[in-house]
Amino acid sequence: MADLKDRGTVKVVDGRFQFKGKFHYIYPNTPIRDENGALKGVTNPRDMTYIHMYGGEASFFNSLKDGKLLGTRCENPKCEHTGTIHVPFKIHCPDCLKRNTIVDITKIAKKSATVHTFMVTERTGAFNTLEKPIRFINIEFEGVSTILMSYLPVGEPKIGMRVLPIFQTKNPTFTILDLAWVPVGTAESKLPEGFTFS
Amino acid sequence: MLGESVIHDRLGLDPLGNIGVKTGGATGGSTIWEAFKAVASGYSDCTLAMGWERMDEVPTDEGNHLIACAADKDWETPLGHIYTGYYAVMAQKYWQVFGKSEDSFRETMAKIAVKNRGYARMNPHAHGAMDITVEDVLNSPVVAHPLRALDCCLMSVGAAGVILADEKTAYELTDNPLLLYSSAGSHTLRVADRRDMEIPLLPNETADQYKDLGKRFLGGDRYPGFTGFLAARMAAYYGYRMAGITDPTEDLDLVELHDAFTISDIQTYEDIGIRPYGEGRTYVESGDCYHTNPHTGKPGKLPANLSGGLIGNMHAVGATGIMQVVEVAQHLWGRWAEMHGDQKKWDAFDRKKPSDWTDLQVKGAKRGLAISHAGVGSQVTATILIHPDHQLERRF
Ligand SMILES: [Zn+2]
Repeated sequence: MADLKDRGTVKVVDGRFQFKGKFHYIYPNTPIRDENGALKGVTNPRDMTYIHMYGGEASFFNSLKDGKLLGTRCENPKCEHTGTIHVPFKIHCPDCLKRNTIVDITKIAKKSATVHTFMVTERTGAFNTLEKPIRFINIEFEGVSTILMSYLPVGEPKIGMRVLPIFQTKNPTFTILDLAWVPVGTAESKLPEGFTFS
Repeated sequence: MLGESVIHDRLGLDPLGNIGVKTGGATGGSTIWEAFKAVASGYSDCTLAMGWERMDEVPTDEGNHLIACAADKDWETPLGHIYTGYYAVMAQKYWQVFGKSEDSFRETMAKIAVKNRGYARMNPHAHGAMDITVEDVLNSPVVAHPLRALDCCLMSVGAAGVILADEKTAYELTDNPLLLYSSAGSHTLRVADRRDMEIPLLPNETADQYKDLGKRFLGGDRYPGFTGFLAARMAAYYGYRMAGITDPTEDLDLVELHDAFTISDIQTYEDIGIRPYGEGRTYVESGDCYHTNPHTGKPGKLPANLSGGLIGNMHAVGATGIMQVVEVAQHLWGRWAEMHGDQKKWDAFDRKKPSDWTDLQVKGAKRGLAISHAGVGSQVTATILIHPDHQLERRF
């Protein structure tokens, strides 16, 4: 195993990437043989760090650590669907293409978040970091046009169940995993490590 | 990144233009759509549409991760890295709304898995042939509740190709070409973003029939929600008009559908108008989707996935949508038995031909349809094949 303490990090300075450290590690490939020893191919190990930008959605992912759920709203009076709130976050209105306004929908979520549908799985793909079983829930909110996908780390999901948002405020990952949900009435002490109600 | 160039070079196609097509599970269908447009536009008189995939080049859990990257990588993929989960939430909603949480609906889903794996037994190319029962499906391990292992499609290694040509060139190449129409639809990558809308109607539907959908099925009035695929509906909407189809069940003789999961198969029956929304299950329960209707012993009205589909035959992603079209074509040519029964084929694919091998040729097949589907319905194509002697009147 390579020494990963130099693992690459990135900063944006004057609108440009500034790289520090190592972004890939080289491992030798190995031959693939059949039971008679005949060469069939080679393995190609890869260890690379990708750079991924959130663009205009960055404020959504940054606000979760502050216990805030952001959405966006079209405020163009001429738009056929003016007032529509989107979460997942849409930077531009898909109907009139004008820039949406960012709105804090934490209160709406606390008041109205309801399980639209769900699933429970013991199986995950590689790179999963959630504890199993995973319970996906798809959440509807009053006055919001979209149905957000997230997860329920506490309790058993049911369609129509009221849930409350919780946020990874202590050790944020700055990903969608910083947001999760629990059944209404869940005690703060039952929340997964690092998560709080606000 | 340019894998298609590697194959292009080995097939001796230099210096013709080539293009790689990448629409996830719909790659095969989209490739045909691209080739169709190249010929229909007059640019090309003859185009090869070819697709392939090796789904065995990483272990299954990494394969699941890579497939889950076909979801939104910021908002969805980190949630478990498991694509089956994104379908399981649809299955749960559909089962509760239109299946009314009934065990009988779960059984209907299981029947699709039994049927398609059973038809795969007659197909020498198939990867997932199995002689199983409804109980076997219902007792198979849970992948993502309510979907079980035998409800899910295969991860295969495979390749398929078709040649599209203009009419003059086609008759120079063969005495027996087929007419091909191809259409496509799309919808938001994230199911989350699918806002409530009116149902676009197919030629065999009326607005009236959906007025009380939410009453008949509590919660069934949000369209397409988590229960329908607008992209599939739009592909059918355009495709039926191109080909002159007014009622798919009457005008078509067989279909190959993208049965990635038993639930999405049922959803698609409704999207493409084989059954109205909410009533997809009756296509299976009536026996219409079988080669031979199990209730009557007579030919099924519109047999589906006689190849075995993605569940029984193969899902080698880039090849699947093309494989479906090849399978439909062999019925329209009346060559199904020749292409699937020849002992040499069974030997070549290292398969044992079953002693109860059955000829699944749809007698007198004139027209067929293949649906190719990506993501959770982000891209869907419809390819319609028609024997030139049996064209429909086209009104558009
Ligand atoms: Zn707008």
